[in-house]
Amino acid sequence: MTVELDFWVVIKEWPLLLTGVAWTLGLTFVSACVGTLSGLGLAWVRLQNWQMPSRIIHIYVELIRNTPFIVQLFFIFFGLPQLGFRLSAETSSVLAMVINLSAYSTEIIRSGVEATAPGQIQAGRSLGFSEFQVFKHVILPPALFRVWPALVAQIIIVMLGSAVCGQISTEELSYSANLIQSRNFRAFEAFIVAAAIYLSLAIVMRWCLNRLGKNLIFKGLSQNG
Amino acid sequence: MNINITRLIKGVIPFVLYSFLGIISQFVTSNVYAQNALDTIQKTKTIKIAIPTDYPPYGFVGVDLQPQGLDVEMAQLIGQKLGAKVELIPVSSPNRVPYLQTKKVDLVISTLGKNAEREKVIDFTHAYAPYYQAVFGPKSLSIKTFNDLAGKTISATRGSLEDTELTKLAPAAAQIKRFEDSSSTIAAYVAGQVQLVATGASVATAMIQKNPQLGAEFKLLIKDSPCFIGVAKGEDALRVKVNEVIVAAHKAGDLERLSQKWLARTTGDLPE
Repeated sequence: MTVELDFWVVIKEWPLLLTGVAWTLGLTFVSACVGTLSGLGLAWVRLQNWQMPSRIIHIYVELIRNTPFIVQLFFIFFGLPQLGFRLSAETSSVLAMVINLSAYSTEIIRSGVEATAPGQIQAGRSLGFSEFQVFKHVILPPALFRVWPALVAQIIIVMLGSAVCGQISTEELSYSANLIQSRNFRAFEAFIVAAAIYLSLAIVMRWCLNRLGKNLIFKGLSQNG
Repeated sequence: MNINITRLIKGVIPFVLYSFLGIISQFVTSNVYAQNALDTIQKTKTIKIAIPTDYPPYGFVGVDLQPQGLDVEMAQLIGQKLGAKVELIPVSSPNRVPYLQTKKVDLVISTLGKNAEREKVIDFTHAYAPYYQAVFGPKSLSIKTFNDLAGKTISATRGSLEDTELTKLAPAAAQIKRFEDSSSTIAAYVAGQVQLVATGASVATAMIQKNPQLGAEFKLLIKDSPCFIGVAKGEDALRVKVNEVIVAAHKAGDLERLSQKWLARTTGDLPE
């Protein structure tokens, strides 16, 4: 069987692909920023030994980590309107990604904090720091440094997971690939191109985030922090 | 226990190679057979037919969880006339054509409309049932021409005929929101995520009946497009055979019966 490949019919739709890349990056950027920050906040609350809030966050984290992303997305887009909350496809996508990422980042950050040596915390307290100051200056920097690679990996996973947002008509990269494929029936080429773009996005993003971590956020920190 | 690694590997390599060869030869032979679908069907006494399961009344899942509808009965009719057992393969609007291209199915009986783009990649038999696509929306929204769609959001199933035709007919300012399958397209409209919906008439009728609170009505005709059966490109023997079945079924009144049963309307003129 001979297979004729025609990548040109896919490449010539580059404006569509570019829009897709822009949306994928935009969705990922917003959800990475908000999701990591809220994960930070939730991890802090969980570490305070406050019974009720801690339990609620635990339920939230388990609920999100044990249900498929696409179901969460469909619930927000198709389900919430019945309760009177109507969000656009794009807002639903961002919201779903933020909710998803912050559940995972809560657990990732918490694991980093819990690995902090008790002596370090006691040293902070003995210097007269308040609990919040201890968290901010003593616990958090080395904890974040420790879990940064895991956080970066999770952000990449969320970026790749954004591919299902096309299902609710958000015009991200896989939506573009699907649209091109349904126009010219070049499924193989369209998805090869999409896969190559996702791959390069993931590699570039990982490199940038690792650099960002090393040179800006944790400048001067070492593994022993 | 002492295992001799080198011997183990030496033993495994031929096994792996052999299985590979086996897999490859399977591919090759299945492709040789696939060149003549009709022969394979007559030899194996089975025919694989792609049908919709999200498109009432053409194809949907009944309360007994079995697919039913006009397309499903048409598939059974074809199978019966060809003397083959029908294997129903559920497909969605965007993957109907790829299923045929990759020969995962012998026929696509799935409210398939004929257009120039599709004729480049697959072949069509005669039409077997009437069908038309239209834009539907609430009574409160005044839509008289396609230009009135400017600034409105319309849901459509990606890759469907209504998607491609509406993209041509609607002004650039109209926002077409494309969904993966017919149920999502309808769900988006029912949930109020879009103002209008472009879909097949019968699907819309079912939606309106189930959701009277929406007050949806017919707005614009996109295309009158009867359903054809899709055949893989070059499978002329199968196409000719299916055409014979369709012509005979039309004469015998079978097509009229199906149309009356599921669509409550006559087949009208069915193009060849």
